[in-house]
This record gives sequence, C-alpha cells and structure tokens, in this order.
Amino acid sequence: MTTGAREHYLGRFAAHRARLAGASLPWLQRLRDAAIERFAGLGLPTTREEDWKYTNLSALERRLFDVVADGAQFSGFRNDVAERELARHALDDTHRLVFVDGRYAPGLSHVASLPRGAEIGSLAELVATRPEVAAELLDTDPEAEANGLAALNAAFWTDGAYIDLAPGVAIDAPVHLLFVATRMDLASFPRIVVRTGAGAEATVIEHYAGSDDAVYLTDAVTRIDAGAGARVTHVKVQQESRRGFHIAGIHTLQAADSRFASHSFAFGGQLARNDIATRLEAEGCNAKLAGLYVGSGRQHHDHHTCIDHARPRGTSRELYKGVLDDASRAVFNGRVIVRPGAQRTDAQQSNHNLLLSDGAEVNTKPQLEIWADDVQCAHGATVGQLDADRLHYLRARGLDAATARGLLIHAFAADVLRDITHAGLRARLSTLLPGQLPEDMGELECELLPTS
Amino acid sequence: MLEIRNLHVTVDEGTTKRPILRGLDLAVGAGEVHAIMGPNGSGKSTLAHVLAGREGYVVTAGEVLYRGANLLDLPPETRAREGIFLAFQYPVEIPGVANIYLLKAALNAARKHRGEAELDALDFLALVKAKLRLMQMDESLLYRAVNEGFSGGEKKRNEILQMAVLEPQLAILDETDSGLDIDALKVVANGVNAMRSPERAMILVTHYQRLLDHIRPDRVHVLAHGRIALSGGPELALELERRGYGWVEAKALETAAGARP
Ligand SMILES: Nc1ncnc2c1ncn2[C@@H]1O[C@H](COP(=O)(O)OP(=O)(O)OP(=O)(O)O)[C@@H](O)[C@H]1O
Ligand SMILES: [Mg+2]
Repeated sequence: MTTGAREHYLGRFAAHRARLAGASLPWLQRLRDAAIERFAGLGLPTTREEDWKYTNLSALERRLFDVVADGAQFSGFRNDVAERELARHALDDTHRLVFVDGRYAPGLSHVASLPRGAEIGSLAELVATRPEVAAELLDTDPEAEANGLAALNAAFWTDGAYIDLAPGVAIDAPVHLLFVATRMDLASFPRIVVRTGAGAEATVIEHYAGSDDAVYLTDAVTRIDAGAGARVTHVKVQQESRRGFHIAGIHTLQAADSRFASHSFAFGGQLARNDIATRLEAEGCNAKLAGLYVGSGRQHHDHHTCIDHARPRGTSRELYKGVLDDASRAVFNGRVIVRPGAQRTDAQQSNHNLLLSDGAEVNTKPQLEIWADDVQCAHGATVGQLDADRLHYLRARGLDAATARGLLIHAFAADVLRDITHAGLRARLSTLLPGQLPEDMGELECELLPTS
Repeated sequence: MLEIRNLHVTVDEGTTKRPILRGLDLAVGAGEVHAIMGPNGSGKSTLAHVLAGREGYVVTAGEVLYRGANLLDLPPETRAREGIFLAFQYPVEIPGVANIYLLKAALNAARKHRGEAELDALDFLALVKAKLRLMQMDESLLYRAVNEGFSGGEKKRNEILQMAVLEPQLAILDETDSGLDIDALKVVANGVNAMRSPERAMILVTHYQRLLDHIRPDRVHVLAHGRIALSGGPELALELERRGYGWVEAKALETAAGARP
C-alpha cells in the first residue's frame, strides 16, 4: 500500500496552513494541528479495519484531490454550473445557504427573517467575526474524528454552516444547506454545526449536488447538539456527481427528552459513505434514523449507523431501505449500544433491500451491544427482489410491466419517504427513484401512499 | 366472445413439465354467464390464469380466441385493457400502494387504450363511491394499501369492486364466493348481477351451488382431468351438489380412454 494520500494531504496542509479560515486564532490552529497529526497517524481507512471491511478507499489513494484554502485562492467557481444546480435543487419555503465547492456563496443564498435567538450562517464568517462563539461550536469531539477522513475535515475545513438556536426557539421553515460541486479534482471539507438550546426546534436539510460526472471529493462532518427537550430533524440528500466521492460523518449528542430524527437519502456518487451516530446521553431521549440508498451502475453506498443508548428510558427506531440495480453495492451496518444502566431502552432496527438485478449486492449487518437487562431490542434485515405475484397482479389490472415495476419500487420506498414533511422535497426525492409511475394520476398523485 | 379450442397447458416445475389442461374446449358468448365447477386441483385456476396471461403456464396446443382474435400472444396488461378481468382466487397484497391509486391507474390505462380521456378527479371519485356503495364497502378501504390486512371477505369484495370500476367485457371470477359469509355472498352476487349485460360475458369458478342460487348461470361445466367433462344447464349444479364429482370423473376417464387411438 502506498502512502500517496497521506503525503499528499500532509503536504497540502503545510502549504495552506497559514491561509485556512481563522488562521490567526491560536485555539483554532491548535485544533487543526492536532487533527492533521491524527490524520498523519491514521491515514485513510483501509479494508483491514472492521468498519471499512466492505468499503474500499484505495481509489482515494490513487486519485489525489486539490485543496483550496482561502478566499483569494478561491478564484471564481463555475457560476453557470452553480446557478443551474441551484435552479434544480432550490426548495420553496426554506432558509437557504448555498456553498459552492465548499465555500459560502451569499449571492445564491436566501435567509428570510428568523425568530430572535436563532442564528444561521457561514462558519468561516463566524470565525472571522465572532471567534468566541465559533470556539464554543468547534470544540473537538474525538468520536466525530475517529477516522482519518474525519480528521482531515477537522484539519482542512474551510467553510460550512452553523445553526445556533437559543432555548425555546423554533425555526418553522427548514434550513436548506445546499453544497454544490462545480470543479473537477477538488476536495472540499464542509463542516456543519447545529446547536439547539433546551426545547428548541429545527429542521436542517443538508444537500449535496454535483453534475457533469465531475470527479471530486466531499469530506463532510456534521455535529448536532440537541438540548434538553429539543427536537431536531436532519435530512441528508446526497446527489453528488455519479463519479464523485462522498464521505460524511453526522454525529449527534442528545440531552434529556430530546428528539432527533435523521433521514439519509443517498443517490449519487461512485463511492459514498455516511457514518451517522447519535448518543442518547440523558434519560428519555428519542432517536429515529431512517435512510434510503439507491444504486445503479457500479455505485457503492455505505451507511454505518450507531445509536448509543447511554442512559435509561431511551427509544430508538431505525429503518433503512435500499434499491440496488446493475452491479451496484451497498453496505448497511447498524450498531446499537445499550450501556450498563440504560434500563428500559426500547430499540428497533430494520433494513430492507430490493435487488433489481442479479449483479447487485448488499452487505447488511446488525451490531447489537447490549449491556443492560431490562431492555427491548429487535432487529431484522431482508434482501429480496420484486415480487412476481405483485407484478402480475398489477399487470392483470392493466399496468404495463415497466409501470408495475416502478410502482412496486415506489411502494417499497414509501415508508421512508412518508416522514419527509416538506412536500416539495418529498416529491423530488420520489422522482429520483428508478422506475416510472402511472401517467395522468392528476390530483391523486399524492395518494400513492396509503394512509397508514 | 371467448372460444377455447383443444387447449393443452403444462406448468413448469423446474425439470419436469406437468400437463394440467389436456384438450379443453369452451365457448362463452356475449351476455352469457357460465359456471365452471370441478374437484380441487382439476385446473380451474390454471385456466383462469392462462386467460389472464400469467407467466409460468405453457400452452402446448390449442388456441384461445377472444372477440375473434388470438388472445394468447398478448401480454397480461393488454388483455386487461382489452376488457378481460380476472378476480383472483387469492388476491395479492401490495403494501405501499393505496387501493384508490391502483383503481385510478387501472381505469386510466384501460381508457387510454380505448382512446378515451382520463376521468377528472371528481368524476372518478363519484364513480368509485357509487361502486363502493354497491359493494357495501367502507370508504376507508380506498385509502388503505391494496388488500393489505384485508380480511378474506374484504379481499374478495375488493376484487369485485375493481371489476365494477373497470367494467370488463369478459370477467372471470375464480372462487370469489369462497370465504364469504352469507350476507357478503349476497352483496357480491348483487354486484355481479348488476353487471350482467348483453355485451358482457362472465365465467364463475365455484365449488358451491349456493352462489348459483344468487347468480343464475346459463351453462354449468365440470372440469375434470384437464378437460370439460360434462356440461349442462343450471340443474347440473344441483346434481353435483347431490352426487359429488366421482361419477363425472369416471365418465371423463372413460372418454379420455376412448379418445386414445
Ligand atoms: N405454478 C404452478 N406450479 C406448479 N404446479 C401448479 C402451478 N399451478 C397449478 N399447479 C398445479 O396444477 C393443478 C391444478 O391447479 P389449479 O390451481 O388450476 O386447480 P383448481 O382447479 O383451481 O383447484 P382449487 O379448486 O383447489 O382451487 C394442481 O395440481 C396444482 O398443484
Ligand atoms: Mg383454484
């Protein structure tokens, strides 16, 4: 194994260190230095590590990406591409922050008036204007930087978003963070921080888009701090270029009685990995993790989730589904930890996979680590194909074969899409599923889903 | 309407091909209702599936003409759009698809095939609600997933609801009466009778005379050993109820033996 990536990124760091966001802030430079040191020790994950057994990053050892450090060097992104992507991905009734190749683009962003006590914006700007607030939001979390790519993000992050809500503050409209990739061969390191005070409420849509089959790397880290009784919904929409690489970690800490919902939709990329973890570190928390990965061609989707029940009376529900065509691959690893003393934990996990071709493959694994006795934990996983009886039944009612297939694929994914409350986003996600739906359904369109 | 001549059908059981239908003849004219009875495993559902175009059944000889044209080359959806409706003996559950969605998609597909515009939402809903009342079904069933969690009787009613909405030319009801309680049987029979018309043909597959008390057939056939062993008027059903199938089967074996060179 070569040390190509390690040397490359260490070199880039040395070259750019003085120009990264907040370079004049000693505390931030210390964090970055510590992170690059961790990366130097770890390198990129390899398949020898249990958590990366089925996801081979050797392509990232061979393909080395540029790093752009500061605004001056960041000489004009492809504006036409960014605007086209924005037109395609903008969502109504949201507060929108757009990032192009990892850098905040105020001209493409739009934030309507926010309630008092709610702040959202560019992390690089926050570091520049109010470093003391940034310092609170950016303290290290070793778990969030446990692998080399997360460490690389901590070292290199150039921009990203923060969402900071004072206790009791609720933002009605979702915050739409749109990350658009326009350039070949670039690595971007978005960092997102969400902090919600006690009883606060927010929905964050973290959305990655790229087109034109550009090859690039997104290495993102998101940290969410849900205060006592807070309600946080995080929706991840991954629509990277079909040749892009996407590696992301989403790490949540939940205070007492908080509710956290994570929805992860993975459509793009040639290789995409999400580590989604939540730690229920006080009593009475509720976590809901849902996901849908859709693969075709030779795409590779990996979701590693971890629900850590550290304290009693936590509830978690997890539902992941996959639709895999051609020679695509998927990995689902669902870790659930119930720590000693986390009594009356109630955890359920399921993972269902629909293989549309003989060449598609999935590795699914529940990983339950239960150290308390008064708990209810259940898990189940299935891998199957479209049901021939159902296909025939639909055709016997006059639906052509392609539509019958499409309808069953949509029906399979329906319960993962159903919980997306933003109707525009839900409809758009639905169009990203393979397979056609019946035409001319008119006003009945939304009624594909039964009212359960 | 429907003419079946010398139909031979085998099912694929992996390595072996098992003959199920062995020279079946049947003709059903427009406006007629025919009942097909016969012992378990005699091939009644096989016949129904072959008419509806289910994969896995191989026609090794014979022909089926529907409205004068060869039916067997058409894919199942074209048959449905051309007006053939099979009420399944075992209706299939489709989680994630609302019942009303399937009704609309099915009706649209047929109307489009006939060159008609799709019904607007209001007209469609009015139509479906009228048929629901006919079938004495609760409106909430429209918004549940197709057949999912439906009771046995509800599934059967739902098949007839679909038939009532789609208004087929040729309806094949495969044991729609099985599993229905006494009242539901009357409701289903009313639904079927309401659809009797000079343009429409129906084939009722049943084991029980009691359905035929409500829906009086023009002809009754007994399927045994892969062919129509005996045909008669409605009184044949009564005789079968009294005597069972043994004597018909014996007769069928005799004719089969006699037919052999
Ligand atoms: N797809 C299949 N694969 C294997 N065998 C089949 C298949 N379909 C039907 N058969 C066999 O063909 C024979 C006829 O079955 P069919 O379902 O047509 O009978 P039936 O007359 O409808 O019976 P019942 O009154 O019990 O519904 C049975 O022996 C059955 O096992
Ligand atoms: Mg049968």
